[in-house]
Amino acid sequence: MSRSILRTVAIPLVAVVLGLLIGAVLILSQNASPSTAYTALVVGGLGDADAVLRTLQKATPLIFGGLAVAFAFKAGMFNIGGQGQLLIGAVFAAGVGFGIDGLPMVVHLPLALLAGAVAGAIWGGLAGTLKATTGAHEVIVTIMLNFVAGNLTDWLSANPWKDNSGNNIVARTPLVEDSATIPTLGAVPVGFLLAVAAAATCWLVLERTTYGFEVRSVGHNRNAAQYSGIRVGWIMASTMAVAGMLAALGGAVESLGVDGRFEAGVNVGLGFEGITIALLARANPLGVIPAALLVGLMEAGASRMQFKAGVAPELIDVIQALILFFVAAPIIIRWLLRMRHDTSEQLQLGAGWGKS
Amino acid sequence: MGEVMKPQQRQLLYAGLAVMLVIIWLFYSANGPQTTAVLAGTVRAATLLALGAMCGMIGERSGVVNIGIEGQFLLSAFAAFTIASMTGSLFMGTLAGIGMGLMMGWMLAAMAVGLKVDQIIAGTVLNIAALGLTSFFYDRSRSLGMGKYTNIDLGPLADIPLVGTVFFSRPPLTYLTMALLFVVHIALFRSVWGMRTRAIGEHPGAADTVGIDVLRLRYLNVTLAGGLAGLGGSYLALEAVGTFSRAMSGGRGFLALAVMIFGRRTPFGAYAAALFFGFTTALQNQFQLNNTFDIPPQFVGMLPFVVTIIVVALSGLVGSMRDPAALGQNYEKG
Repeated sequence: MSRSILRTVAIPLVAVVLGLLIGAVLILSQNASPSTAYTALVVGGLGDADAVLRTLQKATPLIFGGLAVAFAFKAGMFNIGGQGQLLIGAVFAAGVGFGIDGLPMVVHLPLALLAGAVAGAIWGGLAGTLKATTGAHEVIVTIMLNFVAGNLTDWLSANPWKDNSGNNIVARTPLVEDSATIPTLGAVPVGFLLAVAAAATCWLVLERTTYGFEVRSVGHNRNAAQYSGIRVGWIMASTMAVAGMLAALGGAVESLGVDGRFEAGVNVGLGFEGITIALLARANPLGVIPAALLVGLMEAGASRMQFKAGVAPELIDVIQALILFFVAAPIIIRWLLRMRHDTSEQLQLGAGWGKS
Repeated sequence: MGEVMKPQQRQLLYAGLAVMLVIIWLFYSANGPQTTAVLAGTVRAATLLALGAMCGMIGERSGVVNIGIEGQFLLSAFAAFTIASMTGSLFMGTLAGIGMGLMMGWMLAAMAVGLKVDQIIAGTVLNIAALGLTSFFYDRSRSLGMGKYTNIDLGPLADIPLVGTVFFSRPPLTYLTMALLFVVHIALFRSVWGMRTRAIGEHPGAADTVGIDVLRLRYLNVTLAGGLAGLGGSYLALEAVGTFSRAMSGGRGFLALAVMIFGRRTPFGAYAAALFFGFTTALQNQFQLNNTFDIPPQFVGMLPFVVTIIVVALSGLVGSMRDPAALGQNYEKG
């Protein structure tokens, strides 16, 4: 392993260890045993084929969500709209999934995924276009769009697309057709493979294409990019559309592969975890995969941890925040490891705030 | 910064105000009780937003973005509720909320100013941590035995029709917030502290050369501003709702940021924007209560957010927005 890779991996790794250590103190404060809790966590996430399947299922929307944030980062934008984009993707994929029948799977499933992706691209692209044309800050616009998406998807699943079977009173769509259901290969959900493919594609696009170069140029220095003839507005709008599409695919996979339908309130909060994942991966599309697997593992094992050790599953959120803190403040870890200072490690977003 | 408006903006503002007053008067003469209820709800919803916006503006005036207001609200509301329920005193609860807000402000400062963490990430850490911690330690069995803060009538002022009920028959923290608008306004625009604060947000390098300790003042301001968000948390748990529930801040910390931007980072501007948002929220509640119009509640619920997007986009077009020049940039002494 080359020295630079070691350096890149060291900080997230130590951050995870520190997060787990502080988590252990919290577990002790609840009069529970950290070793029992963490053992249950790992067994719950890796113990058998079912556990692995759960971990991979949990990791899938996290990969998509992490990519949605990371991709926008590359153009110097902060996409907090993952939640809304995910909901939009989930509801439209489910809509096509249950609304059409009689299609063969090779047509129906891609069509449902496409519906989610396109809806998400529009949703994300809206924020990017507003930013490019009016200077409206994407952080505010995407946050607002999250609320709009929440209301819109609630309405869709409670009114026109409501499941009217039996005496259902829950705001949810009917189950999607079999021909639109994402299959599982043993312990590996196909949705997870799609997520990995998406990560690889993002990396290729960003690192090996002209478009990716333009995206990164805009991220590094918007004015210089403009001066060198890159259409900054188009890059910002399209980057947000891609980001929206990625988050929406995560939602679509949830609807078509995990839940089998869209149900209001089920995916709440999932879209925000992409931020943690992207930061943990230092905005590297390939790094998103291990980061999502780690968090997915913790989430898959959380219920077993509660069952075996009596620790509230929300501990996972606290540990995530701690990990994020240590990743974002590498100065602490560098001091622990006696590493030399390297400014290239520091993620910088805030300077773009409010500037159009 | 003098916060001078362009003449056409001022005219637009006055025209808008006049139209609003006429509409309110029309509604009041048509249906008094309901108009009063909506406007009282407006003030209720505006208080939290105004506190969050003031927290945000002190940070941003000093050059530090605070997107952790949501988390500050939530954890402070939790602290306020827990302490109030343990001690049986709303006052102690309020102090605990403010204390927690100060602590979270200090944490944000420690990250963003001390450790030079990216400011947006630092705020995100606060938000995620607050959600996790409050859910982890949430104790369902707790409640406020003594109930929440109750309205205090301000003597004869409270007897004025409409205005009396809406502004002068409120619970204590609402009055405190209104008073704080004046305090923060004077402090920001009429005091040495305010001048220095604005200086380190505009040009920290220049402020440094005239002897202002940029990092120290940023530390202080972000911490103090956290106290305002902490008061907001106390308000939420002890005055507006009277209990604590998971994720109860419900995005209003983010909305406060939008309010701050509409209000051009001034306390009174923010309060006007907060009243506007509060109005859409109150209208939504009223719609849901009496079903006079056949609009799905979800669409009414979207209203404040759609309006925010439109206004943010429009104000971008009008070009009235100007951020403190050093906003979001961590200062490195050269």
